[in-house]
Amino acid sequence: MISPSERPKLLKGQHLLAVDDISPLEIKALLDLAQSYVSEDNKPRRRNPILHGQTQVNLFFEASTRTQSSFEIAGKRLGADVMNMAMSSSAISKGETVLDTAMTINAMRPNFLVVRHQSSGAVELLAQKVSCSVINAGDGQHEHPTQALLDALTIRRRKGVIEGLTVAICGDILHSRVARSNIHMLNKLGARVRVVAPSTLLPTGIANFGVDVHRNMRDGLEGADVVMMLRLQLERMSGAFVPSQREYYRFYGLNEEKLRYAKPDALVMHPGPMNRGIEIDSNVADGAQSVIREQVEMGVAVRMAVLDALSRNWQAGAKS
Amino acid sequence: MMSPATKQSTQRKAYLNASIVAPAQGLNGRGGILVEDGWILAVGPKVTKESIGAGTMSFDCAGATLIPGLIDMRVFTGEPGTEYRETLATASEAAAAGGVTTMIVMPNTQPVIDDAAIVDFILRRARDTALVRVAPMAAITKGLAGELMSEIGGLKEAGAVAVTDGTHCVANANLFRRALTYAKDFDMLLVQHVEESSLSTGVMNASETASRLGLAGNPAMSEVIMLERDIRLVEMTGAHYHAAQISCATSLEVIRGAKAKGLPVTCGVSIHHLTLNENDIGAYRTFFKLSPPLRSEDDRRALVAGVADGTIDVIVSSHDPQSADTKRLPFAEAAFGAIGLETMLSASLGLYHNENMVLGRLVEAMSSKPAEILGLETGRLAPGAPADFAVVDLNLNWTVDETKLHSRSKNSPLEDRTLEGRVIETVVAGRTVYAYAR
Repeated sequence: MISPSERPKLLKGQHLLAVDDISPLEIKALLDLAQSYVSEDNKPRRRNPILHGQTQVNLFFEASTRTQSSFEIAGKRLGADVMNMAMSSSAISKGETVLDTAMTINAMRPNFLVVRHQSSGAVELLAQKVSCSVINAGDGQHEHPTQALLDALTIRRRKGVIEGLTVAICGDILHSRVARSNIHMLNKLGARVRVVAPSTLLPTGIANFGVDVHRNMRDGLEGADVVMMLRLQLERMSGAFVPSQREYYRFYGLNEEKLRYAKPDALVMHPGPMNRGIEIDSNVADGAQSVIREQVEMGVAVRMAVLDALSRNWQAGAKS
Repeated sequence: MMSPATKQSTQRKAYLNASIVAPAQGLNGRGGILVEDGWILAVGPKVTKESIGAGTMSFDCAGATLIPGLIDMRVFTGEPGTEYRETLATASEAAAAGGVTTMIVMPNTQPVIDDAAIVDFILRRARDTALVRVAPMAAITKGLAGELMSEIGGLKEAGAVAVTDGTHCVANANLFRRALTYAKDFDMLLVQHVEESSLSTGVMNASETASRLGLAGNPAMSEVIMLERDIRLVEMTGAHYHAAQISCATSLEVIRGAKAKGLPVTCGVSIHHLTLNENDIGAYRTFFKLSPPLRSEDDRRALVAGVADGTIDVIVSSHDPQSADTKRLPFAEAAFGAIGLETMLSASLGLYHNENMVLGRLVEAMSSKPAEILGLETGRLAPGAPADFAVVDLNLNWTVDETKLHSRSKNSPLEDRTLEGRVIETVVAGRTVYAYAR
């Protein structure tokens, strides 16, 4: 087993809360490390127990299938003891506050807290009060940094570099933490970012986020290297933000016809879970240009890299 | 009606050698004040050591500024119902330490102040426990539910100085029109929290900052739309109307338009909206979560200009004590509101020191103007007026320390800030209710 002191430090902070907080250099180092885990993941015997004896608690205040299982597998591959807590069915329903829950779990001295919460800023609030490393697994409409990292890794593996690529992020930008994290991520890595959505699904001041704003798929996808689709929550497409599913699919759903506006070798991405036939057509989701399943695979590698990198910041004896 | 100041000092005493600022009485310069039995006997340059005669107790202000006691038109307490947040007594201690000698308390209590018996309760509790004068505003609608008019006539008789639904906006236009029409017969002022609620489902100002934080926003237009509607109803009914707080530049235009037409419309602004902006929220700091929300720096500057030119009539603290339980939460889930009674004057002096605000205008906006709007006898320095005043050191630096604030709740957005200028003595009915310990 390699001791933390033999592994170079990659991240400045104790936590990973937002892409907005980390530098391009830190991002590149994380992606390189994740890449090395991708190679290891493909070997038959792939446990690399650098986190042996460490405890990782997945604290999900909002239901999640893929992110939670991805973090769980990542922790286990590194030898950590992983515990899942689905908070929607636990203490929160008894009226306990986020901070109380966090401090209760912190008192059991875990090494990592992986937290998802439905309120923007909740993970940051919690991180101020605990002594372990906190990883943001999605907070409200704010950020989802490991998703942006896995998206960047997927793009980099397919395209070689990210700098100079044109990436179109399409759909419900307003409510999407994935969109916010990806906008920061891709800008830091030198991509040209476009957002494509009806104006009702665009946040105030989005033009100042370093993106080109488009209201129709034809202009938005024109010449794009990557087309990143976002999930539209069902309750938002029945008259509240867009008139109907049918209308949304007609103007903003990605099908083969609309995909032809992008470059012929453009990648199709989606953070999942997909609404097939609403924001994305099955032919495209399962087609030759789709890297959607590869994104899931990269998720594990990226989360291993994040756990690894944060554990390197622990001073010998100060944690555990 | 205010809670009677039974604890007035009967002693005849004088404060001399002060710099008196009371623009409504044309006072701006060196002078003194002579008080007896809780009333002002004389005030101005002629009150000197020689003129008061031997045997009168006197204090030398040594050039410090003497202003009318402040009237804060928007104070929330937790009495009755949520005394753990604030009582009339603890709020009055904070008020005294901030130079506020009259608190106008809001009806958002449990039970709601929508009944003459509760108005009476407030006045009696204040008389028995509070250091400063207290006058309640009662609810426009029963239970603040926005559905049925409360007994506006009876509430006035019991001592309510105006009616308002406090943190709630009366959304139903027909009901609000009737309330205006009815209240006019009783010469009762209606005070509105201007917000179109269907446009205000967010938790901070709708802006790029909100988008970056991933927080839902309330557009400034939700305030403007309600203000414009209300002013049309005032035009229709002729009743007196006061917008409790405005928060954006566009609302100023609307108020200017209404005043230019000669409508009986006035408005207030909170000290927070004059001194802070939405960027102060930083990393989800819930002490800056206010309703209306803090807006852009351009809005803030426009509001400061609006106070300077008199478009905005009054400055309020909008003192709203909240416990840690309701503030130590994710931003979207946290309660609105900040305390401000104790820091209102000092924070406003920052505008005088740094933003060219005329001192007299600030004093007027926190004393004679609210007195005029509410028909109170306080808020002025004149012979025959109640002896409520504050002695202020304009240049004394002090740091806001939550452990030293008098309010029972500590949700001050100014915590740890150093402010320039503060009250060194507060007098209510001739009696010293606060003296600063250096």
